[in-house]
Amino acid sequence: MLFVSEISFERYFEPVFQPVSFALEAGGLLLVTGANGCGKTTLIRVLAGFLHPTSGNYTCQAPSTAYVGHQLAIKDDLSVIENLRFMRNFLGIRQRSCKAVMQRLGLDRVAGQLARTLSAGQRKRCALGRLLLTDSKLWLLDEPYANLDPEGVGLVDDIVINHLAAGGACVLATLGNHRPGWASSQEYPLISGAGEC
Amino acid sequence: MLTEQPSENIGGSMAAAFLALLRRDLLLAFRRRTELLFPVAFLLVVVSLFPLGIGPNPALLARIAPGVIWIAALLATVIALDGLFRSDFDDGTLEQFILSGHPLTLLVLAKIVAHWLVAGLPLVLLSPLLAIWMNLPMESLGVMVLTLMLGTPILSLIGSIGVGLTVGLKRGGQLLSLLVFPLYVPILIVATAAVMAASDGLPYGAFLGLLTAGLVISVTLAPFAAAAALKISLS
Repeated sequence: MLFVSEISFERYFEPVFQPVSFALEAGGLLLVTGANGCGKTTLIRVLAGFLHPTSGNYTCQAPSTAYVGHQLAIKDDLSVIENLRFMRNFLGIRQRSCKAVMQRLGLDRVAGQLARTLSAGQRKRCALGRLLLTDSKLWLLDEPYANLDPEGVGLVDDIVINHLAAGGACVLATLGNHRPGWASSQEYPLISGAGEC
Repeated sequence: MLTEQPSENIGGSMAAAFLALLRRDLLLAFRRRTELLFPVAFLLVVVSLFPLGIGPNPALLARIAPGVIWIAALLATVIALDGLFRSDFDDGTLEQFILSGHPLTLLVLAKIVAHWLVAGLPLVLLSPLLAIWMNLPMESLGVMVLTLMLGTPILSLIGSIGVGLTVGLKRGGQLLSLLVFPLYVPILIVATAAVMAASDGLPYGAFLGLLTAGLVISVTLAPFAAAAALKISLS
């Protein structure tokens, strides 16, 4: 679904990470790991198409991509249900129920609350609702476990595994030691810069 | 992998995205009332300062009224414009727009329409009051409202290109005014000329025609330019 060959990205003429190559098939999970500042977020943003790789190329056969990063793209002045409803209507998948998504995320208790009053973990859960409201086959997740409690971590694993079992693919950048329990997952340790560190 | 979708289905989902975004932006504007009221209050204050500053001479006020109201509306528009893409840029919503597969041009147009309804239309509705305040002759009052009705969307549309270019900068707002004011000059000239012609009892149809042409051109071209500018700001 996603073929990447020798992608590199330079910021101010300094390579952010060493050239990256991998192939990701349907049902495959790629875990991008590495220390702080080794370029995980940059790699994900290159794969999403926000940044253009300096060299190398990648082909993505999925018709659309879903991305959840550090910037959660939820509106502080809208309530949880309004945020989710906008995501759903915007993505054009009207038949899915926002109420069901909220229950799945464990947010039904705060449905009517403005997003600005939520805790960091609840905001993250709200942003992860995007994954339940999209049809995209390829998911790019940047630190999906950040700010989440153990139950939330389990929820992310659940959502990702369901997606993979349905023939999706996922690139997941993570810092910690937690891994979703999925058989066909490969780990990609990202090495920063020109290789001296 | 690409699934075949009937074309009317894609058109339908684009319309749904347009409406969803328009609705969300209007809802957000009503949640943040200060942003909603600021352009109107600004226009009121600036226009009411003129009689205080240059003296209550009815003939003089009537003469400068079109220029004063239009310049104040222009400033109010630019002040409100800075927030057009700011929050979507800061919280990552723009990135989601790009990934959504909907044409960014269409989404930019939805945002501009919402912005004009919130920041431009109130100025148009307020202008008859300001015109009376400035002793503008009754026969040119309608023309004044008409020029603002045609002109303020042009201001929002042209301004959106500048906002797209400056949204990634820390103090983009200051640069924005320098960028867009030169582009606003022709609109200001044509619009005030129309009102003055009406005050003097001269034909003003040609000026309104020019403004309409400007509106048509900016509606068709500005969203493309603004979308391209946003893409540059994002990378």
